Amino acid sequence: MSLKQTPLNAAHRAAGARMVDFGGWDMPVNYGSQIDEHHAVRREAGMFDVSHMRALDLTGAGARDFLRYALANNVDKLKDAGKALYSCMLREDGGVLDDLIVYFLREDFFRIVVNAATTDKDIAWLRELLAKHAPQLTLTPRHELAMVAVQGPNARAKFWQAVPGSEAATSALKPFQGRQAGDLFVARTGYTGEDGFEVLVPAERAESLWKGLVAAGVQPCGLGARDTLRLEAGMNLYGQDMDERVTPLVSGLGWTVDMASPRDFVGKAALAAHAPQSALVGLLLLEGGGVLRAHQSVHTPRGDGETTSGTFSPTIGKSIALARVPAGVAPGDTIEVSVRGKHLPAKVLKPPFVRNGKILVNGE
Amino acid sequence: MNVPKELKYADSHEWMRAESDGTVTIGITDHAQEALGDLVFIELPAVGRTLKAGEACAVVESVKAASDVYAPIAGEVVAANTEVTTAPETLNADAYVAWLFRIKPADSNALAGMLDAAAYEKLIA
Repeated sequence: MSLKQTPLNAAHRAAGARMVDFGGWDMPVNYGSQIDEHHAVRREAGMFDVSHMRALDLTGAGARDFLRYALANNVDKLKDAGKALYSCMLREDGGVLDDLIVYFLREDFFRIVVNAATTDKDIAWLRELLAKHAPQLTLTPRHELAMVAVQGPNARAKFWQAVPGSEAATSALKPFQGRQAGDLFVARTGYTGEDGFEVLVPAERAESLWKGLVAAGVQPCGLGARDTLRLEAGMNLYGQDMDERVTPLVSGLGWTVDMASPRDFVGKAALAAHAPQSALVGLLLLEGGGVLRAHQSVHTPRGDGETTSGTFSPTIGKSIALARVPAGVAPGDTIEVSVRGKHLPAKVLKPPFVRNGKILVNGE
Repeated sequence: MNVPKELKYADSHEWMRAESDGTVTIGITDHAQEALGDLVFIELPAVGRTLKAGEACAVVESVKAASDVYAPIAGEVVAANTEVTTAPETLNADAYVAWLFRIKPADSNALAGMLDAAAYEKLIA
């Protein structure tokens, strides 16, 4: 099967990007130094082609009622137009189908942005739920939209410089809020732990937007830097830190599940039935001796666990990981990770590791 | 891709330089560092260790992946470059300056069987 390409594929290749197969998409992993790209986002501004992710528009009367049932987080938290909410979408058994962002645009119009590899599965799942519970609603995948994430302390200023007239429409956006600005949908969201925008753009306009941002001094960044940035920010990667086999309660996402309200939602009964036996925690490697990676075994007095993501943190200068460990392992504990046959000490902590350019962990 | 003419190469992407005192300096090639990406951790064999040809004896880890470095020839480790372990990024800057370790070869003629620059260029083409 040939790889799918985003509308920016030619621009990446012209810029000398190293391309990889990412969930069936031909995507840039870096344009040179992954660490330089990482620092550009933490210190200045960088951008990512995230056109492989998909916007799904849900329209019709009763959209909120449907989402109140379909999502583990509660869309009743969305009161102001444009406001966004992070949520998991669960199976009946509580397994995570996907994590997503849902925007409240009007009572009859919500926009959901889902992961690339799960897009087809999510559409099929939602259409099945809709047929049963809300057949009057329409779900429209926006395949004609590309998506660019501009991230970093100066990302918004550079975006305004690159897109004349956009500042007036978007300067008042609060974190986790989006709005239509001309033919762009601009949201103050991201996956890096920095300020910035995620921008939905008509596919045919994507390359001119990208080039305008390059001219404004925004550093193109690949999936490599995206991974180290999101891990420093303590954000899960679907398919790696969680999937259908685990619940959000053992994936560090209990805060996104609204169990308190009386509403029912898909997966609620299953989550209520079992106390979590494990937890997803952050790890900081205390000494050198190697680099934390996914699928290294973790040894604690309460039993063994496993890293789900790991990397060298360019901001901290030490190795960090997310790991699923037995319940009861707590921040401040020191545990051991098997790294290429050696048992290395690591400190358990609560993510994030880095936010808004600042190191939040004690790197003793 | 930078492949200096005066060096010898192994198909596992190490370079070798014969020194005037009979020892051989070993590193990884520009091609190898480029494929690995930004290096963040390097572990070298202890001085005094005796290596067999083809033995995994060092580790280079980048943000992306970990990779073994093999002893291309048999011998005793007589030096390890601790500058490169404290600053792994110098290997990305110049893979032929940032050597890894130096061997006293068991067979003084061991380099004769290694690839020359032209053969290595062909291998990575």
